Amino acid sequence: MSQDSVRVEEAALETEREPNPLLAVLRTSVGRNAGLVIALLLICVVGAILSGDRFTSTDNALTILRLAATIGVISIGMTFVIIGGGFDLSVGAIVALSSVWCTTVATQTMANDIHWIWMVAVALLVGAACGLINGLLVAYGKVVPFIATLAMLVSARGLAEIISDKKTQIVDVQGFEDFFDKDVVGIDIQIWLFALVSIVGWILLNRTTFGRRTVAVGGNLEAARLAGINVKRHTVYLYVLVGVCCAIAALMLVAKTHTGSSTHGTGYELDAIAAVVIGGTLLSGGRGTIVGTVLGVLIFQTLTNIFILNNRSFSEQSLFKGVIIVAAVLLQQRLASRNSST
Amino acid sequence: MTEPTTQPLLQMTGIVKEFPGVRALDGVDLDVQAGEVHCLLGQNGAGKSTLIKVLSGFHQPDDGTITWDGKGVSFSTPAKAIEHGVTTIYQELDLVPHLDVTENVYLGHEVSRAGFSQRGQARKQVRELLARLGHAEISPTRIVGDLSPANQQMVSMARALSHDTRLLVLDEPSAVLDQQEVDNLFRVIRGLTAEGVAVVYISHRLEEIRQIGDRITVLKDGRTVATGLEVADTPTADLIKLMTGRSIEYAFPPRPETARDRGDSVLEVRDLGLAGVFTGVDLTVHAGEIVGLAGLVGAGRSEIIETIYGARRATAGTVSVDGKPLRRGSVTSAVRAGVGLAPEERKSQGLLLDEAVYRNITMSSMTRFSRFGFLDRGEERRQAAELTTSLDVRPDGVTRAVRTLSGGNQQKIVLARWLLRDCRVLILDEPTRGVDVGARSEIYQLVRSLADRGVAVVVVSSEIEEVLGLADRVLVVREGEVVHESAATEIDEATVLDLVMEGKVPA
Repeated sequence: MSQDSVRVEEAALETEREPNPLLAVLRTSVGRNAGLVIALLLICVVGAILSGDRFTSTDNALTILRLAATIGVISIGMTFVIIGGGFDLSVGAIVALSSVWCTTVATQTMANDIHWIWMVAVALLVGAACGLINGLLVAYGKVVPFIATLAMLVSARGLAEIISDKKTQIVDVQGFEDFFDKDVVGIDIQIWLFALVSIVGWILLNRTTFGRRTVAVGGNLEAARLAGINVKRHTVYLYVLVGVCCAIAALMLVAKTHTGSSTHGTGYELDAIAAVVIGGTLLSGGRGTIVGTVLGVLIFQTLTNIFILNNRSFSEQSLFKGVIIVAAVLLQQRLASRNSST
Repeated sequence: MTEPTTQPLLQMTGIVKEFPGVRALDGVDLDVQAGEVHCLLGQNGAGKSTLIKVLSGFHQPDDGTITWDGKGVSFSTPAKAIEHGVTTIYQELDLVPHLDVTENVYLGHEVSRAGFSQRGQARKQVRELLARLGHAEISPTRIVGDLSPANQQMVSMARALSHDTRLLVLDEPSAVLDQQEVDNLFRVIRGLTAEGVAVVYISHRLEEIRQIGDRITVLKDGRTVATGLEVADTPTADLIKLMTGRSIEYAFPPRPETARDRGDSVLEVRDLGLAGVFTGVDLTVHAGEIVGLAGLVGAGRSEIIETIYGARRATAGTVSVDGKPLRRGSVTSAVRAGVGLAPEERKSQGLLLDEAVYRNITMSSMTRFSRFGFLDRGEERRQAAELTTSLDVRPDGVTRAVRTLSGGNQQKIVLARWLLRDCRVLILDEPTRGVDVGARSEIYQLVRSLADRGVAVVVVSSEIEEVLGLADRVLVVREGEVVHESAATEIDEATVLDLVMEGKVPA
């Protein structure tokens, strides 16, 4: 009725010209990602000016990518959950629990007798199980994602502490390290893994029924439900997906540090959410891109790298990260406001 | 009714409002007298909403003048408009559900002394305002979220009156109300106009305008096509002609002669119940038949069909399609069995507004386009385009966002979704809500042609005329019970009205 007509009128307006052409471009996902590329390039220019060769060297580029890989894999999973209208605070804790559990398996059970693939299997199972619990609580228990995953955050880390007795567990499984710590054409396998997860994520989101359902569930839960999509089951899948991503990240971390620890992944939830938000995914769900998230991760890690190269303290990094996140959300809201205004 | 005096309370002349690329208002004139009910008519997109937003200070006009009480004014902010005595009650009520009645009425202008709120004083004033509206029974301390939509509207009215309103703008106030509540609303409006308050009344329902309106202004494409028409002297046909540029009433497609004998029973509902809402609903719909459910808002109509569809979990009874029972409380099971629903709230329940047309259409048939989970988007677009062409969706183009379509075209997208699935049963909840007059006939035609293809159709509508005109068979629902069932041709509007209000046909 007339409320409708307001929307229709305004929608009609939006498809017409935009007063600010820059905003119009940024409103499309391709434009937003182009904006992120420009932002990343600008940050690189700043890095080059401040640190010169130390920043621009190939080694440093690989360092940034290595840092980005672990967080990146988690962020891809997080992108799905957030597009699907959810949220996951427990990713860091799941990383810790997966790392502890799989290193326990490696160190305790007849040590060298087991094949390293069991470590991988255990880590993935633990991650998937944590995700399953999150998903069941959110979808069927109707617990808000914030609370369900907050509970998982504390309890998964608690369980990790119990299993590891708060000790760092050192692992020395040759095959495992060979696999996760080798180079392929001069680039760490971890970076390749990140690339692989990103590509799989992109295909999953853009070319499959799973991706389409994710957008539907996050964009309008009720409409998705009434269209016959099993929204509860899909929500569970999303949390399992992010759990599996955490497990992959945990394996990468175990390989890199040769340890499993209940303190692994501390603060990862913030970094992952920040990367997703910077990448232009709406926190309210229904819209987001994998490319944006990858760029968000790179921007975040490049900034961190610049801080480290210039010997700025961790506290200063944290302060700056906070500012960036708020700025990204503010920009996002400004871009979105025209779409949702009534 | 008041005779137009020489000086109107409000005079808007040549109002122009441009948005980038669109001239939403292109020279609108409106004059409103104190103490009259001035109706604003126009199709969706005619500019009604923009006009009232200009009037309430939400938008600034690019050209034109507003004269208030003989003096030129500019309503630069909503607060400025309220200060002058212009209050607007929007269709979607802007109340805070968790606050009580008093807090809502005085939201933003709390009764206070030296910074301390004077709650007792405020409650007393709210009680007086509600009494003035004839609703003394609403307690000032009730939590607003617990009130019925009709009573919430009264709270909004009380809030408007708390501002010394001289001009009250009501945007589709009857949309959420049943007949009795509408009558009550009209009583309140008459009381206000008797006190000299002017009312600008927006509605799609012409018969309401007949009842309550004094004069009419008709907008079309952002222009005033007629202003100051006396309601009493203007035939409905003329109004429709002015609004649409053509002169048709809703044209219902003709019914086939032997509707009931055409097909087997497809949908069978036996003794369906939902605790505390309705009980013992029996319903059989044959292939090719349209069954209408009539009843007041809140009589259980929507609940019944939502339960049939599995969106609510039945507490008793069975629903079966083609003889196979559906799982209780499972939409997925209903959809799999070939049931489709075009929900009442199209925007919030039916569509992904920011997504492309084709994605909205294929939403329920994705597996058809996928191999191992991978979607064939070319095929999706092709089949969606076929449907939008055959349904005459305008503007065409299956990759545009659904948000950019009008209400009628959005409804076609929802119907296309179920057409694509070849559904056996189609349930339509308020199929023409928010659909303008011109597009309605198209929707009716479409529904009938679906039935002709063998689909069993269930239609729910608050417009009795629509149910009677479209359906082959009519069920009347009152307080969670089916009180009447007959062929649509065997019952008239007045009888249905009596049934929904009284539960029986007067002797």
